[in-house]
Amino acid sequence: MATGYAGKGKYSKAGVLEYKQMGYWDPDYEPKDTDTIALFRVTPQPGVEPEEAAAAVAGESSTATWTVVWTDRLTYLDRYRAKAFRVEPVPGNPEQYFAWIAYDLALFEEGSIANMTSSIIGNVFGFKALKALRLEDLRIPVAYLKTFKGAPHGIPVERDMLNKYGRPLLGATVKPKLGLSGRNYGRVVYEALAGGLDFTKDDENINSQPFMRWRDRFLYAQEAVMKAEQVTGERKGHYMNVTAATMEDVYERLEFAKEIGSIIVMVDLTMGYTALQSVSNWCHKNGMILHLHRASHATFTRQKNHGINFRVLAKWMRMLGVDHIHAGTAVGKLEGDPNLVRGYYDILREQYVKADPVKGIYFDQDWAYLPAVMPVASGGIHAGQMHLLLSLFGDDVVLQFGGGTIGHPMGIQAGATANRVALEAMVKARNEGRDILAEGPEILKKAAQHSPALAAALDTWGSVTFDFASTDTPDVLPTPTS
Amino acid sequence: MRITQGTFSYLPDLADEEIRGQIEYIIKNGWAVSIEYTDDPSPYNVYWNMWGLPMFDLEDAAAAMYEFQKCREAFPNHYIKINGYDPSPMWQAQRVSFIAHRPKKEPGFRLHRQLWSDGRRLKYTLEPYVTMRLEGERYQE
Repeated sequence: MATGYAGKGKYSKAGVLEYKQMGYWDPDYEPKDTDTIALFRVTPQPGVEPEEAAAAVAGESSTATWTVVWTDRLTYLDRYRAKAFRVEPVPGNPEQYFAWIAYDLALFEEGSIANMTSSIIGNVFGFKALKALRLEDLRIPVAYLKTFKGAPHGIPVERDMLNKYGRPLLGATVKPKLGLSGRNYGRVVYEALAGGLDFTKDDENINSQPFMRWRDRFLYAQEAVMKAEQVTGERKGHYMNVTAATMEDVYERLEFAKEIGSIIVMVDLTMGYTALQSVSNWCHKNGMILHLHRASHATFTRQKNHGINFRVLAKWMRMLGVDHIHAGTAVGKLEGDPNLVRGYYDILREQYVKADPVKGIYFDQDWAYLPAVMPVASGGIHAGQMHLLLSLFGDDVVLQFGGGTIGHPMGIQAGATANRVALEAMVKARNEGRDILAEGPEILKKAAQHSPALAAALDTWGSVTFDFASTDTPDVLPTPTS
Repeated sequence: MRITQGTFSYLPDLADEEIRGQIEYIIKNGWAVSIEYTDDPSPYNVYWNMWGLPMFDLEDAAAAMYEFQKCREAFPNHYIKINGYDPSPMWQAQRVSFIAHRPKKEPGFRLHRQLWSDGRRLKYTLEPYVTMRLEGERYQE
């Protein structure tokens, strides 16, 4: 490509055509119901017109190479060529364009996220003719969705397994992330679960280090889970992170977690799509709930001009099949505009998602009965925000208070109890028809009268907020009505 | 101990007015109200006894409150829970469940640990102490 876009006579060499002329730009194309449609945010290099840039993206994410090859003529190229069919300037950003590109059903291997991603985000993001490129949204056709099994259980079945209904689930990540011995680690698990949480969690970088090998951790954590069930009479779980160097190690850890009676395991996104899908299949076969920690996602989802929007990753993970995925808190310490985060939750939980640019959702998406995925809100949240969290996310979410449990001045059990009391008081008030957004702080204060643990939590964290502007924001703002 | 199954177990026991409020929430959502009771509160006991059939299409909480009170009269020393069931297409599942009545004394659970022959692994059995006794004779002040 060095010769291509460098000078004025862009395609000066023999045999090099503009992508537009090669059929990758087709403004009259009517997408079929079975097409996958991608919406890209394209930032062309100076001098490259937007239609050509869109056509180049279509070409480089499907059949094209940088020159004409005679072997194209051996195929029915029109089917395999992706088609850019619409380009629009991004509101308020003269450098950027939205480009809509359609991909035929024939382009993707059945049931393979690895293959779909190799096509759509495989090569094209390093393309020199573009300054930057971001995949904003993807409409996945029912025909392709039906080649995936999706979540091993889905929200209603997970609730049946846990026997917990009508409220968000509560969790905490064991802290400190690194350095605890297995025995000390299990202590944290026990205290948090006995105090009232439903789940505890390994962190993403807890795998099997010299200070704590996985087998010890699993044994102590399961002892803690069972002992917490004994003192509460409730189902409890610890997400056992089975992420490892090789699939042989992963399967060994999965089998062990199953043998000792764990109800849930977890994996890191860093394993890669193929490994994740293998673990999902194993969980389908073995009745294990599967939690996904999206470790590494922000390296490619955060910047607005380049990478993949998290909503696309959320769609791939719903297809690939996980029961839980971290999807942001909006109010906590990690990146996330509230409208966009709500959009991610819709994508994970709803059966039919309507396009809503304010939430960053550009396509209607029919999920074709793929089970709903439970979003997980984790990172810098505390009991004092319960009214915000419940009204933003509703019942079907895991709220994870790590620091907000383990950092409680009266101890871990008290921290867990504070969260559970705050949650139940808020759910009760909402069900009674009260306006929890307006009355939230009052409701918490009242609940704290019968809960010293909650009173101490509100004293400690009541005023903590993480008020920074989001890096990634919607391109459309809600129009105020009257 | 206090069994903390169900949604409001971390709050003080609900008064009848508060229970009515939650039943109204279930009805307002178009869900069915059901009442279940047991004297085997193991977290692994899925099927509590049904107090009649689930009540579909209720217009107000009166009938459900009446049934709850009848159940409580009949089983004053049992656990009683109230559920809301959502038959809509994507759910077909319970959406609400809370313990509305419980025995005065809750003896708790026995956790039995059995060492496997290898690798420090334990097999766990969790059993309510009361299930050593016959059904119906378990919680008597």
